[in-house]
Amino acid sequence: MPKSDTNSVGLVTPQILDIDEPLSLACGRVLPRYQLIYETYGQLNADASNAVLICHALSGTHHAAGFHSESDRKPGWWDHYIGPGKPIDTRRFFVVAVNNLGGCAGSTGPTSINPDTGKPWGPDFPTLRVRDWVHSQAKLGESLGIHTWAAVVGGSLGGMQAMRWALEYPDRVRHCVVIASAMKLTAQNIAFNETARNAIMSDPNFCDGDYLAHHTSPKNGLATARMIGHITYMSGDGLGEKFGRALRTGSFAQGSDELVEFQVQSYLRYQGDVFSDNFDANTYVLMTRALDYFDLAREYHDDPVAAFAHASARFLVVSFTTDWRFSPERSREIAHALMAANKSVCYAEIESNFGHDAFLLPNPRYEQVFRNFMDTIDTEPRT
Amino acid sequence: MSLRIDHSIIEKWVAPKSRLLDLGCGDGSLLELLRDNCRVEGYGLEIGAEEINRCIAKGLNVLEHNLDEGLTRFNDKSFDLVIMTQALQTMRFPHLVLDEMLRVGRECIIAFPNFGHWKARWHLATSGRMPVSDLLPYQWYDTPNIHFCTVRDFEVLCAEKGIKILRREVTGAHGTHALIDLAPNLLAVNAIYHLSK
Repeated sequence: MPKSDTNSVGLVTPQILDIDEPLSLACGRVLPRYQLIYETYGQLNADASNAVLICHALSGTHHAAGFHSESDRKPGWWDHYIGPGKPIDTRRFFVVAVNNLGGCAGSTGPTSINPDTGKPWGPDFPTLRVRDWVHSQAKLGESLGIHTWAAVVGGSLGGMQAMRWALEYPDRVRHCVVIASAMKLTAQNIAFNETARNAIMSDPNFCDGDYLAHHTSPKNGLATARMIGHITYMSGDGLGEKFGRALRTGSFAQGSDELVEFQVQSYLRYQGDVFSDNFDANTYVLMTRALDYFDLAREYHDDPVAAFAHASARFLVVSFTTDWRFSPERSREIAHALMAANKSVCYAEIESNFGHDAFLLPNPRYEQVFRNFMDTIDTEPRT
Repeated sequence: MSLRIDHSIIEKWVAPKSRLLDLGCGDGSLLELLRDNCRVEGYGLEIGAEEINRCIAKGLNVLEHNLDEGLTRFNDKSFDLVIMTQALQTMRFPHLVLDEMLRVGRECIIAFPNFGHWKARWHLATSGRMPVSDLLPYQWYDTPNIHFCTVRDFEVLCAEKGIKILRREVTGAHGTHALIDLAPNLLAVNAIYHLSK
């Protein structure tokens, strides 16, 4: 943990909430009880009106900011944007970040024990949809004494949760921040997810998802899935700028028979390996399916304007110019549907070379837009 | 100074609680005025990053949008009023923008600098060079104002398109003046039109 960063929330400790109340899922199944792991930053004010919920993306966790120990070298995944003096300013806001149900960072998911069998859920873990997360997050909020969120904030799959929140609990979301997201995935996007799932499922160690019972893990498949994802989360230019055709080993000298390895190859392989050591394959499958199934307006006659008519939050929608998985066009659709529904909305299209990943990275304009919007949120307790 | 004059004139023309769209809303000062004084449901479209930031900070509705890409995403008559101040002359196709404004809005208000103003004519006539002034501080090659027009030009265009001029107000450097109304094409610095189809 770097001592110099005065804008860090510092050391944080995850907490666990056991919810002993059944959760009826969108798929028709019922989760009799479940556990959510979460972190909080900042102080809840007297009337609990300053709480901000952070919804994570595909591979995110509850560890959004700060450090777990003095020796921790990497902060939480959104540390650039959460902390004292940062856009989500923990001097004003009480921030709650939760690992989604079905995750593998401590909340109930495929690696948890199924109480009915005494064995890990594995592939039998129910298929989840975005709304299931929203309902479980609402339970977490209630346990913390939070009825209404000052803001629900998320990027990518997290943005889908934020939008679903605004429709499912309109009186409990004052502001909704939707970053690099979409009201539904495109066919191309679903195709990428299917390719990733196929990589996992065709790994011989996948064992139809029952790899834990076989004391193994589809690491190669999961690494490949991550590599595919990683490429698509960056822009072609960004990848080119970072690696070009630079070589890690070997040379193209005449007469050299040695195999050449490009920098980008070893980088991707490293990313895939680190990820597959720390992530659960069934969770990856579950999360990508939730992404594919999400369609904000499905139950509103496929009319986004009719869907957003139910919202009462003030929205900030942000996209990034080189994001081709959640392109600016998808965000424009959100912003325009909100405007047509007569809702409050700000939309900014941020210049960035980093593709979809841009929502996680430092960017002065993105920070300013985000900060200016968050600064308009009143956090003074009503007496 | 002159911008504030248009704003105060526009404020008088806007019906309370209108649903309106401000094209090229800048830092949102007009939207803010209309929100606070006319309780409008206002949305601004803007392309400048700094301007968008200021609108967000004021709690206004603003969408990043390049007006040269048109308003194709907007439905017919989806706004009571579409406003454009000091931006028509920066458009690639001002006549098409005008059509779009009257398609999307039931009415529109347009304010623009009058290039027929005597100072511009004098500058061009005496120096033989494109006018540069406090209000229009650009050189010909770097100006965003690529389609200047005069009051007369604008009214000819409206007549050609069958656009009704509901109201017109012309202003000098210090506001409205009866004299300016006598020869607006020569004396007006700014012209503000309230239009419908």
